[in-house]
Amino acid sequence: MRNLGDALERVTRVSGIRGAMLVAESDGLVVAEALAEGLDGAAVAALAASLTLRLRRTAISAGLAVPQVVQLRAERGTVLSVPVGDDLLLVAVAERDANLGLARLELRQAAAQLGS
Amino acid sequence: MTDPIRELTAQLASDPQSLVFLELGEALRNRGQPAAAYKVARMGVNRYPELAASHDLLARVLADQGDRHAAAEAWRRVLELSPGHIGANKGLAFLAFRAGDPEGALPFLESALGAAPDDEGLAIAVERVRTALNGAAARATAAAASEPSALRGAEGFEPFEDARGVVLLDTQGLRLAGTVDAPDGSDVSDAVAAHLQGVSREASRAARLLDLGAWESVTAESADGHLLVLAPTQSTVLLLLRDARVPVGRLGLIAEQAARAARNWLERLA
Repeated sequence: MRNLGDALERVTRVSGIRGAMLVAESDGLVVAEALAEGLDGAAVAALAASLTLRLRRTAISAGLAVPQVVQLRAERGTVLSVPVGDDLLLVAVAERDANLGLARLELRQAAAQLGS
Repeated sequence: MTDPIRELTAQLASDPQSLVFLELGEALRNRGQPAAAYKVARMGVNRYPELAASHDLLARVLADQGDRHAAAEAWRRVLELSPGHIGANKGLAFLAFRAGDPEGALPFLESALGAAPDDEGLAIAVERVRTALNGAAARATAAAASEPSALRGAEGFEPFEDARGVVLLDTQGLRLAGTVDAPDGSDVSDAVAAHLQGVSREASRAARLLDLGAWESVTAESADGHLLVLAPTQSTVLLLLRDARVPVGRLGLIAEQAARAARNWLERLA
């Protein structure tokens, strides 16, 4: 579990990241989370998993490989999701001014660390 | 043997106001150094904004880099400065043809041929495009006879000319316009549209729940392509399939342009 905590912390350390969580893709349940106060982890996990799964199916139907990053951009922030192994997702919620480049990098490295 | 690029660079350094940048930019293009060619071309345009040749060089560099929109803009600027410019007409024809729009390519080719009637290559190109158009017209007539009326008129839907696939769908996952082909060439547009049904509602709920305001776009990055999804209007969803080489940072800009183009198309259709 220490690895899990380290991986989430690695992501939440990035400036502008409001939280990170590990989610089961198939049922959208939270496996672990490190969220700022006020974020509803269960709901975020369910929606992020559903959206990621939908994009994955769309990509595959278009003949593409499984997406390595799914990103929802909104007026005041961004949700990022990267796969961890076969059935997990690492999800981060970022503010509008977050360093998204670094957040993406850390997410992918954390996902690799968890998946290994 | 002297390196011509080094020589041209030295000439430009000793006389920055000279037009040698045109030759240098072309030499860099030919040597496969697009980034360096772009710098030289951009510098030339800044220094000589009223010189058609500087915009022509920039357009060719941009076309090399696959930025067809910017290349088309640069060539259109050439035609403003030098109406009938052969290179610009050829370039715009090339871009239209590559975008699958031979009808759009023809007037540019004809203008170029008008300015250079002895150019055999141009004459052959004009003939080929005319032949292709005649064939396409016959196919379109046959297709229209069997196509549901709601989809007629979708041919002009070209929100982003260098996208690998574009589909506009309604909230029920039904395709309004555009196509996406799988790498094996099969048409997967309807399957893609069906999978995206409900994406707008989900994205909207997620953004609201996280207090992020209205959603703007969803992207999925694969090793072999990027999917970009957005909602040009409340009742439509647009999907663009872009090459994986397109930098991620550009996807946001592309989303805005594509949404605008889709809205214009919907307005024309209304």
